[in-house]
Amino acid sequence: MAADLEFLRQIGQHMATTVPQAAALGFRFVSVDHGKGVIEVPWRDDLVGDPDTGVIAGGVVTSLLDHTCGLAITAAAYGQIDSPFGTATLDLRIDYMRPAAPRAGVTAEAHCYKLTRSVAFVRAEAWDEVREDLIATAQGAFMLTGRTGG
Amino acid sequence: MSEDAAGQLEAFLQRVPYVRFLGMRAELSGDELTAILPFAPHLVGNTMIPALHGGVIGAFLEVTALAQLSVTQGSARVHKTIDITVEYLRPGRAQTTYARADLRKVGRRVANVHVEAWQEARDTPVAFLRGHFLLSGDT
Repeated sequence: MAADLEFLRQIGQHMATTVPQAAALGFRFVSVDHGKGVIEVPWRDDLVGDPDTGVIAGGVVTSLLDHTCGLAITAAAYGQIDSPFGTATLDLRIDYMRPAAPRAGVTAEAHCYKLTRSVAFVRAEAWDEVREDLIATAQGAFMLTGRTGG
Repeated sequence: MSEDAAGQLEAFLQRVPYVRFLGMRAELSGDELTAILPFAPHLVGNTMIPALHGGVIGAFLEVTALAQLSVTQGSARVHKTIDITVEYLRPGRAQTTYARADLRKVGRRVANVHVEAWQEARDTPVAFLRGHFLLSGDT
């Protein structure tokens, strides 16, 4: 089990840093667990969406939530689906409860709570400073793509 | 009026750092905005296809809605997103993406906006967005 998680951590590290958009936004892998993943994006001045406040752009949070959902799906599929696969977002709903604090980075945690052979259902939450004080929640459905077998 | 609209749009695009990060541009026909997202390597989410990151497409649609609102509302201030739903129909290929926003209802405080994105042909859209936006009072 510990070896499984170590392997998932390596995948998570890879997903958070080598995907071009993730690297461009400066994503950092935080943690992974069975069906769950956490990724953070530090604040940067070129990612600001509201110059009046210095708050990070909603679009950055959208990419972060989408990407973290992908990590959670990978974590859920590990041990269940042996062939390599990609994920394609079918839909993603995001509620923005409040703006992030000025000059604050954002962390997202996603939970893939149901995985079928072709579809993954995921919920995700994002916060800036305190885990309980959310800035956004998300709900998405994703297709598993490019599966060669099973 | 159209000069005002162009000025509002230019102010919005210039003021928001994240718009520059995306590399997004926009053109106006009267007060109708067409947003343009040229392909760039840092927007890729899947290097095998290659395809644009789903988050990038969602973000582009959201910024298009915000830009159209800034034009229509005559304010360079950024309105606040309440919620968005993005539906993905096709992979966003490694090419230029376009988007147009349809302001379905602009009330006193909240706007309902639909946005459509496409690449080669408008009748084969890449993604849709539906969203609610809290309007920033300006005066």
